[in-house]
Amino acid sequence: MIEVVSEILENYKDSGSLIKILQEIQNNLGYVPKEAVDEVSMKTGISPSQIYGILTFYSQFRLTPPGKYTLKVCLGTACHIMGGHEIFEHLKRKFGIMDNETTEDGLFTLTKVRCLGCCGMAPVIMVDDKIYGRIDISKTERLIDDFK
Amino acid sequence: MSDVKIMVCHGTSGLSAGASEVYKKFEEELDRQGLLDSCELIKTGDRGYFRDVLVDIIHPDTGRVTYQNIKPKIVPELVERHVKNGEIVKKYSAKKAYQDFFAGQKRIVLRRCGEIDPENIEFYLKDGGYKALERVLTQMRPEEVIEEIKKSGLRGRGGAGFPTGIKWELCRAQKAQPKYVICNADEGDPGAFMDRSVLEGDPHAVLEGMAIAGYAIGSNEGYIYCRAEYPLAIKRLKIAISQAKERGFIGEDILGTDFSFDIKLTEGAGAFVCGEETALIASIEGKRGMPRPRPPYPAQKGLWGKPTIINNVETLANVPTIILKGGEWYASIGTEKSKGTKVFALAGKVRNTGLVEVPLGTTIRELLYGPGGGPAKKMRKIKAIQIGGPSGGCIPENLFDTPIDFDSLVGAGAIMGSGGLIVLDDSTCMVDLARFFLSFTSDESCGKCFPCRLGLKKMLEILNKIVSGNGELKDVEYLENLAKSVMDTALCGLGKTAPNPVLTTLKYFRDEYEAHILEKRCPANQCVALLKFEIDEEKCTKCGSCFKACPENAIIWEKGEYAKIIKEKCIKCKACIEACDFMAIE
Repeated sequence: MIEVVSEILENYKDSGSLIKILQEIQNNLGYVPKEAVDEVSMKTGISPSQIYGILTFYSQFRLTPPGKYTLKVCLGTACHIMGGHEIFEHLKRKFGIMDNETTEDGLFTLTKVRCLGCCGMAPVIMVDDKIYGRIDISKTERLIDDFK
Repeated sequence: MSDVKIMVCHGTSGLSAGASEVYKKFEEELDRQGLLDSCELIKTGDRGYFRDVLVDIIHPDTGRVTYQNIKPKIVPELVERHVKNGEIVKKYSAKKAYQDFFAGQKRIVLRRCGEIDPENIEFYLKDGGYKALERVLTQMRPEEVIEEIKKSGLRGRGGAGFPTGIKWELCRAQKAQPKYVICNADEGDPGAFMDRSVLEGDPHAVLEGMAIAGYAIGSNEGYIYCRAEYPLAIKRLKIAISQAKERGFIGEDILGTDFSFDIKLTEGAGAFVCGEETALIASIEGKRGMPRPRPPYPAQKGLWGKPTIINNVETLANVPTIILKGGEWYASIGTEKSKGTKVFALAGKVRNTGLVEVPLGTTIRELLYGPGGGPAKKMRKIKAIQIGGPSGGCIPENLFDTPIDFDSLVGAGAIMGSGGLIVLDDSTCMVDLARFFLSFTSDESCGKCFPCRLGLKKMLEILNKIVSGNGELKDVEYLENLAKSVMDTALCGLGKTAPNPVLTTLKYFRDEYEAHILEKRCPANQCVALLKFEIDEEKCTKCGSCFKACPENAIIWEKGEYAKIIKEKCIKCKACIEACDFMAIE
């Protein structure tokens, strides 16, 4: 892991690229572990508290490993009025987890997201990089079964 | 048979409906029939009609025919009958709703979306691409460029509506160097998706607009700040930037002149407040995206403390066309104070959802019942629209003859904003909608100034209290006072406008607040705490939709019988309420 982080740090040397460095780490490791933060801090001289300041400010960053699939439920305006919130609540209940948590079997991480820009197809969920539009609770159930 | 063109829509919506499978099937089928060499198969961006996979076939015998809802299994028939034999396959051709959707539009920004392959610069060049940049660099002085933009009356399309030409002029007048051009592609407003479609469907128009802006203000460096939630837009921007560099439209000594302009792509990391320009700058600099007080404005002190202009995607995409056709031409479209066209993202409880580009000054009613096609479900009545995202407000049905432009909506308490337009019908609870926006803005508040950090949280608490049936009349008054204080005292646009959804719903739908508080009833049947989950047999048509929708098998129903909810099994997920077209579940 440390090698990956060192390599990324080699590629981004100017100070304005802290967000890019962290994004790159997350792209490689799936999340930003504590060891990576320490390494970045040591190599760049930016204090860990500043780095955690960035990590916790932006919703994209994760401090814990994600599940095999990341399930994002859109809670933008259109999705909200078309029933997105009900789907989110249903999944929380079904998996027995909260927002941004991972199922016990490590299969799904559930997160809410504020608008995927697919409002014309609301309500929408996204599994990894693929978007599924005009869904409802029973369609979501079938979708999840396909991934199991 | 020769020169048949086949276009398959490959935007986010097309892809989610299976466009890549359809494309693959076309490839296979054309290959199988030995037609690959005589056909051109094109992946286009989104046309903005959000239903299913659209395919266009242009055949010398038939002209252009649009097909909709195309599945891979239909492809062999289309190839056999249309591509090979020049026969229109009527049963799959686009329906009247599709024609209506495009009939009332005037497309300037969107005109190439869904028409060209955004991953191949040749298509853009064939359609007059980079001609405006060439004209600017070889025939115009920077001042003349600014003059032309001022003449066009173009105002920022991101929400604030500041005149673009004046912004450029202010920045040009600054002596400090270097200067920067930033394209704000952090389309954070929930309900707006025009920037995504432009970036996915016609990315070069944005790059060309940026280079022209760079020349006008005297800058050699541009940044695109694109949100991470748009992976396809980022991918296509990367391709477009590298192709434009290869062809010498971006980079050193562009088109043999001494003007150089480089464009870098920065990915956002998920923070709504970064749509605010000073927060966006902080984020590009690698810091937490927190706004700072203005002045100094970014045109004076922006990125790295240097003069910077920040323009929205749609604004920049308008620029090349204005240069080519002239400011006067652009100014002839729209109203006196709001020139040109605007793209609206139509979504919610309306029949046709998608992107609609119309001249400014079009009324809400024209938009909803023209391209929009009226309510989504026949039994329901459109009662309001919500426009301008979390900063905007709602406008009730009796004001639907208001023209949509920068100024008219302000009088009604809303703003045009970036153009997200959500249609609400009688099954939408306005109190819950206000609560939704407050939960959004209080979540996304950066926490720097306390009116926003605490004020919005407090407002949200009151709204939660009302939707859960514990509200008191005095809460409404408290809510109003608090809303006004937050508006007056918050630091940036996020906090200053966040109370708008509450204030407009209070202004136009106070009766719904009162029903929640006094009668402990939600008129739209949406607030779970106030619902009984019982079937109203007077309204029930015995159709069984609720039975099919229930994930817990908590509804008993048989053909010709009223449905019945077993309370012990019911988890109050509202799937039945969403499914019922007759509002028969209380």
